[in-house]
Amino acid sequence: MQLSAKSWTLIALALCIALAPLAFPSSFYYRIGAVILVNGLAVTGLVILFGYAGQISLGHAGFAGIGGYSAALIPVHFDVHPVLGLLAGAVLSGVLAFLIGRPVLRLKGYYLAVATLGFGILVFIVLNNEADLTGGPDGMSVESLGLRSLSNALGLGLNTSEVWYWFMGLIVLLGAYLALNLHTSPSGRALRSLHDSEVAAGTLGVDVARYKLTAFVISAVYASLAGSLQALLNGFVTPDIAGFLQSIEWMTMTVLGGAATVLGAIFGAGLLTALPQALTVFAEYEHMALGLIMMLVMIFLPTGLLPSLARQFRRGG
Amino acid sequence: MRLMSSTAAISALVLLAASPANAEIRIGSILSVTGPASFLGDPELKTLEMLVEELNANGGINGEEVVLIHYDDGGDANTARTLATRLVEDDEVVAVVGGSTTGVTLAVAPVFEENEIPFISMAGAVSIIDPVNPWVFKTPHTDRMACESIYTDLNARGLTSIGLISGQGGFGASMREQCIDVAPEYGITIAADETYGPRDSDMTPQLTSIAATDGVQAIVNPGFGQGPAIVTRNYAQLGIELPLYQSHGVASDAFIELAGEAANGVRLPGSATLVVDLLPADDPQHDVVTAYRDAYVARYNEPVSTFGGYAYDAFWLMVNAIEAAGTTDGEAVREAIENTTGWVGVTGVFNMSPEDHMGLDLSAFRMLEIVDGHWTLVE
Amino acid sequence: MSEFLQFAFSGMTVGAVYALVALGFTLIYNASDVVNFAQGEFVMIGGMVTAFLYASGTPLWLAALLAIAIAAVVGVLLNKLAVEPARGASVVSLIVITIGASIFLRGLAAIVFDKQIHRFPAFTGEDPIGIMGATIVPQSLWVVGGGLAIFAALYVFLTKSVIGKAVLATANNRLAAKLVGINTNHMMTLSFGISAAVGGLAGVLATPITLTSYDMGISLALKGFAAAMLGGMGSPLGALVGGFLIGLIEQMTAGYLSSEYKDAAAFIVILVVLFTMPRGLFGPRVAERV
Repeated sequence: MQLSAKSWTLIALALCIALAPLAFPSSFYYRIGAVILVNGLAVTGLVILFGYAGQISLGHAGFAGIGGYSAALIPVHFDVHPVLGLLAGAVLSGVLAFLIGRPVLRLKGYYLAVATLGFGILVFIVLNNEADLTGGPDGMSVESLGLRSLSNALGLGLNTSEVWYWFMGLIVLLGAYLALNLHTSPSGRALRSLHDSEVAAGTLGVDVARYKLTAFVISAVYASLAGSLQALLNGFVTPDIAGFLQSIEWMTMTVLGGAATVLGAIFGAGLLTALPQALTVFAEYEHMALGLIMMLVMIFLPTGLLPSLARQFRRGG
Repeated sequence: MRLMSSTAAISALVLLAASPANAEIRIGSILSVTGPASFLGDPELKTLEMLVEELNANGGINGEEVVLIHYDDGGDANTARTLATRLVEDDEVVAVVGGSTTGVTLAVAPVFEENEIPFISMAGAVSIIDPVNPWVFKTPHTDRMACESIYTDLNARGLTSIGLISGQGGFGASMREQCIDVAPEYGITIAADETYGPRDSDMTPQLTSIAATDGVQAIVNPGFGQGPAIVTRNYAQLGIELPLYQSHGVASDAFIELAGEAANGVRLPGSATLVVDLLPADDPQHDVVTAYRDAYVARYNEPVSTFGGYAYDAFWLMVNAIEAAGTTDGEAVREAIENTTGWVGVTGVFNMSPEDHMGLDLSAFRMLEIVDGHWTLVE
Repeated sequence: MSEFLQFAFSGMTVGAVYALVALGFTLIYNASDVVNFAQGEFVMIGGMVTAFLYASGTPLWLAALLAIAIAAVVGVLLNKLAVEPARGASVVSLIVITIGASIFLRGLAAIVFDKQIHRFPAFTGEDPIGIMGATIVPQSLWVVGGGLAIFAALYVFLTKSVIGKAVLATANNRLAAKLVGINTNHMMTLSFGISAAVGGLAGVLATPITLTSYDMGISLALKGFAAAMLGGMGSPLGALVGGFLIGLIEQMTAGYLSSEYKDAAAFIVILVVLFTMPRGLFGPRVAERV
């Protein structure tokens, strides 16, 4: 039986998630794994926006901020389960992305970058300043999602990090599945035509504006969910979740791993999340090492780590 | 980058002489050595490294060597949470000192609570110890106490109406809130309330507005970093005559250097660290503070700051508690910290209890005034 | 009136720094289509090197010159070692490279210098000048004058000199530039060097007012980038106007409306301008090449 590229990607991802714990020396690594997967969800959204539709965003952390604080605030103020906060945040982010998407996406290249950047910074400023609501820069605590008690009720006996790792594994697989389906659908082909040339796509009758907007809204929902899940995983959220650096970090993960592919971007998330933990041995030289690695990867593997390595592998084997 | 900017340094200050028969006591630490709060984390880490060496040279705790495992959170709460998990689950530390900022402290506290590991924070906000979390302690005075100390001085000068200009970072925002909250108890009115961003370079518009507000009799500036130095320079530039109060956030010689002549006349609540040479010999803190200052300056060739003192107190409170408990069992150490009474530290005299996990009173703050570029005690 | 004047002085001072950073962005962008996110680090290098040399007894003018020279060398190295080898990489890859460079330089500065905040004296005294009830420190005039002078020099360089025209040609169409005999590699190196020197100069001029530390670059890069985009990327006039405009909006908002939301006001204006003028205030009005 001939498996499609989509199936291969999902199988590879599932195997990685399932087998990685065999190499975990302590349960701390489940925590790293869970953080990687949260970032993985956000960058999967960015693959749809950047990898498929070719649109840059330096402001997606803004949506993560909306997601994170929805998960924190809605259960407190409306006395509902945090899951509803997470869902409400996703809806809110989607609607907001739809509203700002049209004017923002008319911009191109660096102008698009600065407009999205501005959006992210506006969200950050509001979260930082409205201390009565959000707790200000020191952040606020977030109600538990109840995964641990669920695991205990099911008799699994997993600790917090472990249960979150497996939960996030399922979420990311689902997110990747949806993204890959979009990739092979007619809409996905239309999106990818934008990546090559918007003008050409337009002359071929692709409704450029509509497809760009669709990609923007979907990626905003992914970022919002990632923000909610990060807040719920930590039981705590600060405005940094919406910060400019978070946006840049996600964009870097997407590019470093290989922007055109879901697998590459999640690989990039893994690399940039785990790297600082590994670089602790360099002590005060850690920043220099990190900056150097980012530059070297982009100089020598300009299409991103995973695609470049895969090409080497194919050529060699 | 946030995660990327998270640095971490394992400072395993292991004495080569330690014999393998001796067990080791692993104390964890998470500090903001880089990032916007690095001027807190930097002296804190330097102090801890110095003290661990000193302790081990003197035989460690009950003959057991102490190993400090330190990570840098870069000021980011999410990173700090990951590192807290690492300390607990990977490094298996028995106690933790650290948390340079309130945001980081509040983010990591649940990890230590869940794993029943005593944790002494070096961050300011009152929310860390109120309500009391059985596993969480702190050494700095609260920002609320800083406000109270300033207000006490205002009362003595007969001033009742102030303008606030606060930094938008965690420290400034939290202290601003406390200053507003506690003002009525001292009969103080907040007539103007302005803020500035952590990287702002000119605050003359905010100061102009405050000075133009009817009835403002003094200006209070909660914040740390370069902001307060710029506020002070701008204040002098505008020729504002009202008394200016800074917070304990800038209690270091660097502030005087950066603010230049404009610093003269500025008052702030600070710890004894800054006025070591002015302390009378019979002051209970005299010997402790002098010894710490001399050791720090000798080792690092830079002036001491109030913040390193927080680390000094946190470290010794923890070490003394482990020694007193005679075990590294979390519950026993936690109780030993709670039982600390009359212990003289750099920041003040600590009297812990199950209800008070900081153990300092207002006397730990000394009202200082900068005169001719030097710290003086306000009588 | 004196209030308005005070807010305006403040806005001009802050805006001049943004404008200097934006001009640095413009120059590199013009030669290479690269937005260099390490631009703020050049400003940091200018300030930190001057502060350290001055503290060790070097005369201020010499310390300043050395600092600008060192910044320029770092700029040239950045191009030679990181940007040139990545020739042909996508825009986003180049963004990641320059961000990597900025993290690297920041880490290096923390080790070479320290993590403290530094300052050196203003060039011509610290006594404020009173004008109609408002005050301005003499160093502000240096920063504003520096911004205007660099703008004028760049304008003349890019539009009147042969080399400047070659730089513009390189940006416009690298292949065509090569065909008419322009050494495009030299042009890129030159523009990185000059841009870094402009950044270094910004650090030298501004530090007595803004103070400096190893990690001050990133927020400046952000504001400078926003200023350059508001004005229209590639236009020196746009960079100048964009910088001053953002500074004025921020400080006027802080004075009249809300100091908490002054940064927000600046970004709202940028968004509104870009929605109506998608290439900024002075950006080139060209159709996209297919």
